[in-house]
Amino acid sequence: MAKVLRKVEMNQGRTSSSDLATDFGISDDRSLELFLKTLPGVDQVGVEARAAELATRSIKKESKSWAIDMAISMVDLTTLEGADTEGKVRSLCNKAHRPDPTDLGVPHVGAVCVYNDMVGIARSHLDAIGAKEIPVAAVSTAFPSGRASMEVKLRDTRDAIEAGASEIDMVIDRGAFLSGYYKSVFDEIVAIKKECGGRAHLKVILETGELVTYDNVRRASYLAMIAGADFIKTSTGKVTPAATAPVVLIMLQAVRDFFDRTGIQIGVKPAGGIRTSKDAIKQLVLVNEIAGPEWLNPRYFRIGASALLNDLLMQRMKMRDGYYASSNYVSVE
Amino acid sequence: MSKDRIDVKKTYKLFINGAFPRSESGRSYPIYRKGSKVLLAQPAQASRKDLRDAVRAAREARLKWQSATAYNRSQILYRIAEMMEGRRLQFVEEIMAQASLTKSVAEKEVSEAIDLWVWYAGWCDKVGQISGANNPINGPFYNFTSPEPIGVVGVFAESDSSLLGLVRAMAPALAGGNTVVVLASERYPLSAITLSEVIATSDVPAGVINILTGIRNELTPWLASHMEVDGLDISGEKSRRVEIRTLATENLKRVADFGSSTSPNRILALMDQKTIWHPIGI
Amino acid sequence: MTENVNPFAYAPAPESRELVSIESSYDLFINGKFVAPKSKKRFVTINPATEEVLSKISLGGKDDLDLAVKAARRAYESVWSKLPGKERGKYLYRIARLMQERAREFAVLETLDNGKPIRETRDTDIPLAIQHFFYHAGWADKLEFAGNGANPRAHGVVGQIIPWNFPLLMLAWKVAPALATGNTVVLKPAETTSLTALLFAQICIDAELPPGVVNIVTGDGSTGASLVAHNGVDKFAFTGSTEVGKAINRSLASSGKPVTLELGGKGANIVFEDAAIDQAVEGIVQGIFFNQGHVCCAGSRLLVQENIHDHLIEKLERRIEKIRVGDPMDKNTDLGAINSKEQLQKIIELTQSGEIEGAKAWQPDCALPSRGFWFRPTIFTNVTGAHRIAREEIFGPVLSVLTFRTPQEAIEKANNTPYGLAAGVWSEKGSRLLWASRELKAGVIWANTYNKFDAASPFGGYKESGWGREGGRHGLLPYLTHSSTPRVKPSKGVRK
Repeated sequence: MAKVLRKVEMNQGRTSSSDLATDFGISDDRSLELFLKTLPGVDQVGVEARAAELATRSIKKESKSWAIDMAISMVDLTTLEGADTEGKVRSLCNKAHRPDPTDLGVPHVGAVCVYNDMVGIARSHLDAIGAKEIPVAAVSTAFPSGRASMEVKLRDTRDAIEAGASEIDMVIDRGAFLSGYYKSVFDEIVAIKKECGGRAHLKVILETGELVTYDNVRRASYLAMIAGADFIKTSTGKVTPAATAPVVLIMLQAVRDFFDRTGIQIGVKPAGGIRTSKDAIKQLVLVNEIAGPEWLNPRYFRIGASALLNDLLMQRMKMRDGYYASSNYVSVE
Repeated sequence: MSKDRIDVKKTYKLFINGAFPRSESGRSYPIYRKGSKVLLAQPAQASRKDLRDAVRAAREARLKWQSATAYNRSQILYRIAEMMEGRRLQFVEEIMAQASLTKSVAEKEVSEAIDLWVWYAGWCDKVGQISGANNPINGPFYNFTSPEPIGVVGVFAESDSSLLGLVRAMAPALAGGNTVVVLASERYPLSAITLSEVIATSDVPAGVINILTGIRNELTPWLASHMEVDGLDISGEKSRRVEIRTLATENLKRVADFGSSTSPNRILALMDQKTIWHPIGI
Repeated sequence: MTENVNPFAYAPAPESRELVSIESSYDLFINGKFVAPKSKKRFVTINPATEEVLSKISLGGKDDLDLAVKAARRAYESVWSKLPGKERGKYLYRIARLMQERAREFAVLETLDNGKPIRETRDTDIPLAIQHFFYHAGWADKLEFAGNGANPRAHGVVGQIIPWNFPLLMLAWKVAPALATGNTVVLKPAETTSLTALLFAQICIDAELPPGVVNIVTGDGSTGASLVAHNGVDKFAFTGSTEVGKAINRSLASSGKPVTLELGGKGANIVFEDAAIDQAVEGIVQGIFFNQGHVCCAGSRLLVQENIHDHLIEKLERRIEKIRVGDPMDKNTDLGAINSKEQLQKIIELTQSGEIEGAKAWQPDCALPSRGFWFRPTIFTNVTGAHRIAREEIFGPVLSVLTFRTPQEAIEKANNTPYGLAAGVWSEKGSRLLWASRELKAGVIWANTYNKFDAASPFGGYKESGWGREGGRHGLLPYLTHSSTPRVKPSKGVRK
């Protein structure tokens, strides 16, 4: 029997990161760099082998039914296109609220994730259809590149919150990270976190496809967690590779280790490339076996996706009806 | 076969990047039953632009082929032998028709060609074990040498052989992990295209093997001079050899020239040797 | 394992047993046919996970071995030695392909007979066994490049005895190089795990392998002893315990017959402070819990740098809590059944000695099935070099943890054993890995990995872990002689 882990209060609204930084001995550029570079290395072959091994887990019957519903409730249903319209966002909100209108047993998704200018529309539409409980997540800080002044990023964040976003998906400055300006990346997160205050959850996007090495993924995870992230998120979805299994494994290991050290439980959000139920269930297996069952809920694990939801619904129908479902029976947004 | 039935004849096309295009030039040339005016087929007459496309495909396919494990490459080359065995009748008939050989001679050629794939298939995961070395250098270093593929190899198939000469030239380059652009025999091109149909159903990644039919004189200088070709196998080429070697010098293409011999050295001639140094200490 | 906190306890996901049909009893495979044993004796083979009787196996006696050796001799002289390497190789390719086609069937049968998880048979044992045939097939016509002279020759008839921990894989390690080099074979599988060898016999028939090239004589220790004593065998190869290996070598000492021995081990797995710690934890788990620890090269002695000991053990224990112990046929099982009652007794006895001698045992609190032979994954800390559990091969899922302070001390402790099969080193520093690899007295060193095998990679031990290598170019050499005449004359009365 796994030992029952300490229960801790959820860290929502964690506003100050300075105490935490002090706990980790981080006060300036130099100490942050030193800290990140003393984190244990990651062996690429080893971590990929472990991820591949966990991908062979075979999830059947009641476990699969449970996993599909859990995965639906973890989806951050996303549209991030230049061509997004109010109509598209409203239809997405309807889908988020009642993924399958013919089956009210299907849970609603974790959140609706849109660009800043669509936040207000999403919020008011969700409220209007009786889905007040579904949060709106906004991608801000000059998403996806993050190439803008700090002033603009802060303003971007404030806009989103004022329009009704209760979750902010920010991007880190990968250029600064790769150049070794860790403190500047850190300070940006701290500033955005401060802007969020108690009003919004902060998800920090590492864009692991641009960080490339697993060592960098581990370092960026710690950097973001200490700086005040409520969630660490793999990718914008605009860069490949995105949420690969080994990357998610490393991030899950990081939140687990961070929890053991601080008692603070940080969430993880893979995004990009998770399109099938099988992909999603593999993610849940990773959560279960790496971070632990305490992370198996939408509070601590989200999946950024769009096409995934319909595949989950079709799998759900297949399990209910006993034959393979048709895409003609799930709605297209 | 009943006389009432009209045969469905095959169109012989090029093999580039896993697909079977006609020449971009729209040309073809006639192949007659040897010593007669009976038309066998009109294969495509590749142009220098087809050659350029083939080299581009081979270049893109390098990573796929080189990063496959040697065991995997070995199984794929063996698969070619399996698929050839299943179509041996077609190969035999084409050799007989093109080169006017007896059935038993043609059958022997096909058997040898199949066995040659098997032989080279076996080398994929062994060539490093007979050629690599752990070098006893004078110092606290671990030092080892191992062969690596050079990249894209241009293969001049033997001009007076339909099938065996073709396999003899392309198999070693592939066993070493290179991708190839093959100029088929001008006179006997039909076996080359049938072989490409075998290759297309043998799990060989697209672009690893590209086969061009056409007029050798027209294509030779373009292949020999192409700066994105890393090596040439001219074992089967009898004409313009000095010119080829001269053109190949521009980017120092490795040139393999083994006549009709079969040897692991043919594989190694199209590989480079890499030596790695690493300190040993606590 | 974590029902009360985790709703995501995986539902049973059993592999289908329908894939295999097990006969009620099996004959011996001699001269290309299944023949009833002259001994008229049979014994039952059971599924160690359920104690269910699977079948009855023939117990080969001296007369049976006579027939088998004669068949092998005849096949060697009349067919196999005359066949060009190229054609010999094609038989091996055929065998490899037939095995690939029936791979899942082999995996299920192996799991039922051995008790190891289906994940391991499916993903490791069977694919590796197939690779051995494929790899060696390619050598059959390239022996002049193997490094044993321009005209290497086979020995003739090879006697082979294999263990129960990787039944089909060990068969492949023995049979593939022997056939590729032109020898014929009399093989005795382990007493408790003969079924996949008998399915392999069917593959030999289906591949139209000439009769007598492979003969499989099942039985117990007495059968093995008779095979060792048989004077019609030209070369001998054994994998198993050091104790039996020594006995075999003693009895063959006067004959001068070439012998390959792959014996026991007490592998050290050294973790330096700068290791990639999460992957090291994985490697430790792979090293000792792979195949229930029934691995001669298991990393059964963990040597941890003292300054990371507590942290590493904490991580290791958490990881071990995730190991799923139970039904080997379930696709999610990580740790299966102990292969036999005798082996379980041995593991229990040695772990008890560990506790008596003062080491501290830790096990996860996982449920075990009520029938069959089971042992929880176990870690012993506070182990010293003098403890029996640090010196003797346990051959089970039991890890002994020792500590060291300096690299030199790690090597001294690692080498402080009569064994020398394999060792592991974990560090992010390349020069240290190579230094430790150079200093370790073992035949296989895994750096930042553990328990990796490949047909192209030589495997075998230093010191009392045996001699000769299996796999790779080096693995061919024990099956070849470069003398121009056969080393051993054919025995009398054999048809030329």
